[in-house]
Amino acid sequence: MLNLFKIAVRNLLRYKRRTLLTASLISLGVVFVLLFVSVTGSFKSMMIGQMTDSMLGHLQVHRKGYLAAIDNLPLNLNLKTPSYRKLEKILSQRPEVESYSPRIKFGGMFSTFVETTNIRLNGVYPDLELKTVPLLASRVTDGADDGTLNKGEIWVPELMAKSMKLSVGDTVVIVATNQDGSVNGKQFGVSGVLESVTGPGGRDGYIHIEDAMDVLRMSEMEVSEIAIRLKDFGRLHAFTEDLSALLAGERNNQGKPLFEVHNWESLSPFYNIARLIDIMTFFIKLMLIAVVLISIMNVMIMAVYERIREIGTIAAIGTLPGKILSLFVLEGLSLGFLGVVTGNILGYFIIAVLNASKISFNFGRQTGLVLSANIDWMDMLTISVIVILISVVASLQPALKASKMDPINALRHV
Amino acid sequence: MMALVRAENITKIYGAVTARSKEDVTSGAVATRALNAVSFEIEPSSFVSFVGPSGSGKTTLLNLIGCLDKPTEGKLEVAGVDVLHLSMRQSASFRGNNLGFIFQDFNLIPVLTVHENVEYPLLMVQNVPGGQRRERIFAMLEAVGMVDQKDKYPDQLSGGQKQRVAIARALVANPKLVLADEPTANLDHKTAFLVLSFMKKLRDELETTFIFSTHDQKIVGEAEIIYSLEDGELTGKQVKAGKENA
Ligand SMILES: Nc1ncnc2c1ncn2[C@@H]1O[C@H](COP(=O)(O)OP(=O)(O)OP(=O)(O)O)[C@@H](O)[C@H]1O
Ligand SMILES: [Mg+2]
Repeated sequence: MLNLFKIAVRNLLRYKRRTLLTASLISLGVVFVLLFVSVTGSFKSMMIGQMTDSMLGHLQVHRKGYLAAIDNLPLNLNLKTPSYRKLEKILSQRPEVESYSPRIKFGGMFSTFVETTNIRLNGVYPDLELKTVPLLASRVTDGADDGTLNKGEIWVPELMAKSMKLSVGDTVVIVATNQDGSVNGKQFGVSGVLESVTGPGGRDGYIHIEDAMDVLRMSEMEVSEIAIRLKDFGRLHAFTEDLSALLAGERNNQGKPLFEVHNWESLSPFYNIARLIDIMTFFIKLMLIAVVLISIMNVMIMAVYERIREIGTIAAIGTLPGKILSLFVLEGLSLGFLGVVTGNILGYFIIAVLNASKISFNFGRQTGLVLSANIDWMDMLTISVIVILISVVASLQPALKASKMDPINALRHV
Repeated sequence: MMALVRAENITKIYGAVTARSKEDVTSGAVATRALNAVSFEIEPSSFVSFVGPSGSGKTTLLNLIGCLDKPTEGKLEVAGVDVLHLSMRQSASFRGNNLGFIFQDFNLIPVLTVHENVEYPLLMVQNVPGGQRRERIFAMLEAVGMVDQKDKYPDQLSGGQKQRVAIARALVANPKLVLADEPTANLDHKTAFLVLSFMKKLRDELETTFIFSTHDQKIVGEAEIIYSLEDGELTGKQVKAGKENA
């Protein structure tokens, strides 16, 4: 049996060392890209998961203008009951929504009877909140009894608990000024200490939403934000667009839009880091392309040059130019393929070893996050396809030169 | 009977001044008239040799007959085809279907075994199916006495053995005409005669036409029709006894 592919492979084996060196260069490139892509990719999704599942939710709806003023936690920009009911109705009809959680956010004074400081608080329905941001429960480090937040209880941020020497069971007072300027206070029992997380709201305390209404003397419920969790995070962008379009139709009395929708990307500064990682990945892939292109082109130019007389011979005995072209393209392709296959296998094992050795790292105030690099098969496939395509492109020019060679000149070549 | 090769006043000028490049060339390049108005006819299944000193135009002529090059002037028909107007691709496929080549330096493909080298024209040029292929390769290898070496690579063979494989490769696809430019120049005398005897034997069996060139007077004697070339001109034709009007 004799065919083009076999001849191409035999020609590659002719200079074993050169083939080996070039293939290892490509393999190394593939390994490096795979490692980078999977480590950063896993880091990214882990960080996004941390952020969305422990605090932000996948997306949030506010009254129009709230987010711009969020640093002041403006009570006058809360959603009033009718708006909230409207929104609730819409959300409960969407099949994509796993759960949603209304929050009343406000700032107040926090006193232990010995010391007083400022605090930012979220009033939530504990069951809805825990469904919407499931990792919140795991942030409660020093938890009390049942792990939930009952009325009259407060979850205090870790830093505050430390500096004010608070522990579970202590009594504190929250004092807040409401929209009308009247001041009210209420006693709470500390039932949990919350680990901080990076990002906005990562150091807020939590109380029951009805307590929040109490402190702020709300007769009817007003909501600062609604956090939403989707069943499928992959549908985030589509759903964000759908919901925005749907809510854009909801206007107030002056005909201005009532709601604003933001997903985690516009809520968390980590999004920029995630973007940066994507850009770096792109450049590293570009580098791989350059490595493959140059090394294969180099080998194929050499191969054509060394074999001019052979090319002359096969052309003279009637091999059509197209076949000569395929012969050299196949040779470059096989070289790229060899590099890709070994690179993928090597990359897979290195990543497996990396995962097995459980390397941990810190991010912001979070320590001991274990690095788990997942190989995305799609990534592996894309990288392989890119390398193989580039191998073909790189061998095309030398192969074309070979196929267009004049047999007489080629045969006379010394 | 129709001639297999018909050449009429073919002239080959290297560095010929074409109409377009006339202005550029007036001062520089010297044109070489390698062949000058050469005419001849070669009948099927003849065993023909072109002889002449170095530089007389043997290679040039064989390249023209072999459709590897085109004459500057004149008419040339090979196997009934006017080869002057073939494109590069058409020439390649014409060569693959009608001609066989034997080279001075053997030119076997180094990464292929003896068997695979002989298989090459059948597979890569003519797409002959597997069963037929094996039969013909075996027959050819047997004809040149190389069956027991069929799994060797070219670099494991002697010069004479290589040329025998090259003969098998040139003939395996049943060409009408085999062209051999100085096929024995790199062989010692004894081997040269052996190689020529294989060529002749195959001509007898397959009725293939052979045209070879040489500057070796002793080898020339093996040919049945001998054309002499000097300075690009045909200076003589010698037909061995018993071959005239054969
Ligand atoms: N590609 C070329 N370009 C220019 N001149 C050439 C070229 N090929 C051959 N010639 C010239 O044409 C003439 C005939 O050359 P050719 O190679 O046909 O001779 P030859 O009879 O085969 O000689 P030898 O026995 O040495 O092989 C020579 O003068 C040679 O210099
Ligand atoms: Mg010559």
